Amino acid sequence: MKLRRMYALSIRHLYLIRGSFPRILDLIYWPTIQIILWGFISKFFTMYSDYYNNTVGVILSCAILYDFLFRSSISFNMLFLEEIWSRNFTNLFVAPLKLSEIITALTFTALVRTLIGIVPAVLLMSPLFGVSIINLGAPLFLLFLSLYMFGTTLGILVTSGLLRFGPSFENTAWSSLFLLAPLGCVYYPLSILPEWLQYISNLLPLVYVFEEARSILINNSVNYDNIINALLLNLIYFSLSVIIFYFSFYGARKKGTLVNMGE
Amino acid sequence: MSIKIKNLYKNYKRFEAVKNLNFEIKKGSITGLLGPNGCGKTTTIGMILGLIRPTKGEVLINNKDIEIEKNRISVLEKMNFISPYVELPKKLSVKENLIVYGKMYEVKNLQNRINTLSNDLNLENFLNKKTGELSSGQKNRVSLAKSLINNPEILLLDEPTASLDPDTGDYVRSYIENYAKKNNTTILLASHNMSEVERLCENIMMMKQGKIIDEGTCEELIFKHGRVNLEETFLKLVRE
Repeated sequence: MKLRRMYALSIRHLYLIRGSFPRILDLIYWPTIQIILWGFISKFFTMYSDYYNNTVGVILSCAILYDFLFRSSISFNMLFLEEIWSRNFTNLFVAPLKLSEIITALTFTALVRTLIGIVPAVLLMSPLFGVSIINLGAPLFLLFLSLYMFGTTLGILVTSGLLRFGPSFENTAWSSLFLLAPLGCVYYPLSILPEWLQYISNLLPLVYVFEEARSILINNSVNYDNIINALLLNLIYFSLSVIIFYFSFYGARKKGTLVNMGE
Repeated sequence: MSIKIKNLYKNYKRFEAVKNLNFEIKKGSITGLLGPNGCGKTTTIGMILGLIRPTKGEVLINNKDIEIEKNRISVLEKMNFISPYVELPKKLSVKENLIVYGKMYEVKNLQNRINTLSNDLNLENFLNKKTGELSSGQKNRVSLAKSLINNPEILLLDEPTASLDPDTGDYVRSYIENYAKKNNTTILLASHNMSEVERLCENIMMMKQGKIIDEGTCEELIFKHGRVNLEETFLKLVRE
């Protein structure tokens, strides 16, 4: 074993890290998010250890709902990234496709992709853990719709970044959703967050979706205010994301990133 | 369809990639765009395809300004493009790729069109094979089939025979030549292969540092610069 050769291989990767601020940020990002998320979860269980008593499946149901959100967003991003990785990107943009057609096609294809992934998991819940997400009843459809809209919105925003900044924006595609897990109050109620953070969280449709899911499963009551709030916020964010996508496309044309994307 | 470029500029921050381009490519003609790497050929093609927004000037396709979104889409329906730097999805079969693009371009009688192109370009034997499993010569023919799927009136070719062996390269050149004659297709060909340009192009534009420094027929350029062939003429012009 030659020390110099091993050193050469190591510095090859160190040069890469040193030369890219997004890479350094990426290395710091994941542990920080994990600590914040699990910090709030631990705090919640310490303070309210009997909160989930006799409500088996609340955490599992929330996990499935969160995964649905995660899959819808990642599916949208993946469809776009696939075109970059296969170097087919330019072919698409010289085809007579309107931007609205691209967004619509990706939105519906992402749904199919998401359902392929999530349906088996939902079906496994019952025989393995005796829990069914169907317990959420009719509002389940509205909760799924809300999460799907938010997932697609995030997908469109990340795709806009890919259009504008090129493949270097790829890491954001993977990390965007994890940032929202602690703020979205997936596994604990909003009240567990510090007050200043609650103001920010209230701007996220996720908070209303998960508060409502918990309310239905624990209290057996449906609060349509939460569902309406989530849908309204989604509508606003979705419209904004579409506008940003159009701006990114024109920005990409100005910057020339549509040519040979993926190179 | 014709291509008209008027006072075209493209700047990337302070770098001037294209400076005051003016040219016209008449319907049914084949024009060569020559120049060293980084001279602005790809940027020019990108602007004609609507992929890059000009800093100044106009790209008119059949007198339609492609900066207007409605025009861009209607023009793209009748254009197509091939480049060795752009590929088709590798995990889709050749036939699936042609179906996808045929539908995007709303090709009527798509199955017939695919059959014709498969027959003309000898794709039948690997039509159901994954595109990523093909040799570079086969991939090139598939890309050519994709670029002809909509029977384009304008074809932009960016180094269409790069990385091909001489036999396949010759086959592709012959096919393009015959196709253009038969269909009266307007072609802009960017290439570093001088014999290809000599053989195919009626008119040649020489680019250097974002500008067209000379243009004319192949014979005119060779005669004007006192050289014996296009390659020497090219070298003289880019080294001046």
